[in-house]
Amino acid sequence: MELRIDQNTVDRCRALASAIAEPVSAFIEAHSTVAVERSVLRLLGVDGVGADEIPIPNMLVDALSPQERSRGAALAFGKALAETGLEPRALGEAIAAGTYALADFAHVPDEAARGAIAPHVEASLARIRARRAEREERLRRLPQLPPPLLYVIVASGNIYEDRTAAVAAVESGAQIIAVIRSTGQSLLDFVPYGPTTEGFGGTYATQANFSIMREALDEVSEREGRYVMLTNYASGLCMPEIASMAALERLDMLLNDSMYGILFRDINMKRTFVDQHFSRMLNAYAGIIINTGEDNYLTTADAVEQAPAVLASQFINEEFAHRAGMPDEQIGLGDAYEINPDLQDGFLYQVAQAQLTRQIFPKAPLKYMPPTKHMTGDIFKGHLMDAMFNLTSVMTKQSIHLVGMLTEAIHTPFLGDRALSIENARYVMNTARHFGDEITFKPDGVIEKRAQNVLADASALLERVAEMGLMNAIEAAVFADVSRSPDGGRGFDGVFARAPEYWNPFEAALRQAQGDTAQAQGDTAGARGDAVGTGSSRVILSLSKDGLK
Amino acid sequence: MSSMIKPYGDTMNDGKVQLSFTLPVEWSEAADEAARQLVTKMGFTDVQVVEGRRIGAGFSLFVVYASTPQSIDISTIKAPSAKTASMSMEEIDAYVQEHLGRKIRVAGACIGTDAHTVGIDAILNMKGYKGDYGLERYQGFEAFNLGSQIAVEDFVRYAKEHRIDALLASQVVTQKGSDIKNFTALVELLEAEGLRDRVVLICGGPRVTNLMASELGYDAGFGRGTLPSEVAAFIATTLVARLAAAR
Repeated sequence: MELRIDQNTVDRCRALASAIAEPVSAFIEAHSTVAVERSVLRLLGVDGVGADEIPIPNMLVDALSPQERSRGAALAFGKALAETGLEPRALGEAIAAGTYALADFAHVPDEAARGAIAPHVEASLARIRARRAEREERLRRLPQLPPPLLYVIVASGNIYEDRTAAVAAVESGAQIIAVIRSTGQSLLDFVPYGPTTEGFGGTYATQANFSIMREALDEVSEREGRYVMLTNYASGLCMPEIASMAALERLDMLLNDSMYGILFRDINMKRTFVDQHFSRMLNAYAGIIINTGEDNYLTTADAVEQAPAVLASQFINEEFAHRAGMPDEQIGLGDAYEINPDLQDGFLYQVAQAQLTRQIFPKAPLKYMPPTKHMTGDIFKGHLMDAMFNLTSVMTKQSIHLVGMLTEAIHTPFLGDRALSIENARYVMNTARHFGDEITFKPDGVIEKRAQNVLADASALLERVAEMGLMNAIEAAVFADVSRSPDGGRGFDGVFARAPEYWNPFEAALRQAQGDTAQAQGDTAGARGDAVGTGSSRVILSLSKDGLK
Repeated sequence: MSSMIKPYGDTMNDGKVQLSFTLPVEWSEAADEAARQLVTKMGFTDVQVVEGRRIGAGFSLFVVYASTPQSIDISTIKAPSAKTASMSMEEIDAYVQEHLGRKIRVAGACIGTDAHTVGIDAILNMKGYKGDYGLERYQGFEAFNLGSQIAVEDFVRYAKEHRIDALLASQVVTQKGSDIKNFTALVELLEAEGLRDRVVLICGGPRVTNLMASELGYDAGFGRGTLPSEVAAFIATTLVARLAAAR
């Protein structure tokens, strides 16, 4: 089942995406953010909260003068480490308690700071490597069921209730559990601390909550004989901090988009571009699969009209991920089944888009999102729409399948809703497992023409974005009909230029590791592959093969 | 004909309903029987558990058909709709021009932490909903869509600073009553600021009813399936009526 599409246009799109990302990369390299600096401190081992429940990483970064901050938090913190001889966590707590101030150590030479930090950087990266190795070992011992991998959300607000729901969902057949965050969390400029039992529309992402859910899923993975993956959201103002916590707690996937927060949460674009880059470097190292958020374009604007924008955004997301060192196998590009159900032949368009994405990004673990926009209180019709979505997913070999809930428009899913929806997906995917291998598309038929048009329009759109520049294009509402200005939005005051002496020890080490891997793999290693047609269970497993040493 | 009505299965007054629910218990024949007795205790008769099965450790799902002995007198039910005036965009624009002679300034937002703008976008954005254009397209309206996660304080300040005639507050997330809390907070703040009577105050969302809105102190509430022109007509006619009353 292959669509005939013009490979030259695909290549042109990739070249344009690269041209679009280039000036943004230059900006990223010259800047850092408070969230990046906080995540450096977290990776060093700083944790806990001080007075008024303010996280210690925030207290430390907020206390830096603009000059100190522009050199990176690691230097100032390293100086204190060198002089006090404390462990990072204890030092953070001592500063929070007022025993010391980072400014007290300004006289310590930079070299001493670098020396004091180095062993902690190595220890932290070793811990991340160990968590990655644990995942690889478990995936070998407890193989996943074949994709599309069934992904369900839990969102009670209470991590302990979430744990119950997650285990029940796994027992019904779920293969990936996502803990949806409390609705406001993306706008918080700090990460809450400790286990939490109250949230709205979701549960706070905290390191303790990550650990509680990981433990529960590991337990049920052993019982079921298959590894269950855990997902959270590295988006919003704390994107890199969430990525660092996820790396330390062995999450397997993270929502991590290069533009989602800009468009849908009005987070400043410069903040987002800098934050997504460091987050993705960490994700690449930790072996975490990212999920991008193109599905959101379709919920706010018309799905038929927005199809080229979705594809264009996938190319841009892929390019930014490559630039952060991510291999294709970790880039879970997003798409969604959101065409108006009243549209005649809407299913044909859905198949065209899903198959087009599959062919253009053959190694990517594509994330396919269910209908949400056109779901109503009519759960019976909703269940049918989900079945059509399930069919599209299995026939086009999507990788990560977000199970649609019949009660989507009503409430966060009940335990029974999840069971019914998983059963729907299992039924459809089993009964139509090899359907896609048995059929061919009518040459120049509705589906093939539609795919060709979407690709051509995406290419034209990328030409336009390349000409305008990405930041201007976002301001001109090219994506999702939403306009954002380069210096507007939340979190802009947390973006700052790097001084010439700026130092982020993790960035340096991760870049070094990426260089080593690329060299070890030789010229064929490029993040981009030319293999066609995947969709076997190896898609997910293969990421574990050539881990960064 | 009696105004007393009951659910209809296939025969008048058979009272048939379908229920489905989960019980926190491993499935067994006793679990089926527990489901049957539970539904009987709810007051239903002729209870048939047509499906019962395990859905994970310690949980079972049931599908049940039963009859209710209850009926309701439809003639006593009051749920006034805000969707009274049926007018097209052109008619509304002409009406605003004739009776007000200026544009009506409308601001809408998803208040609190709610990030789901699908409802407010359907009403305000140019494109509209189901072929019915949004308020941005109207000659008679100036529409400001503030988007998602707007604090109630910011919404009220915006209304004051921009001399807004009508406020549209949207809530899609209803978990743990967050929608009611936010709607209530908005009314209370408007009253505290002395602005309540100066705006047409409307709430919307898939779970909103006009009855609930009036109980909360809103001028109108619009639920699922609402068209932008229905909201526009309500705002225009309400404003004009208020103006006439004030004269």
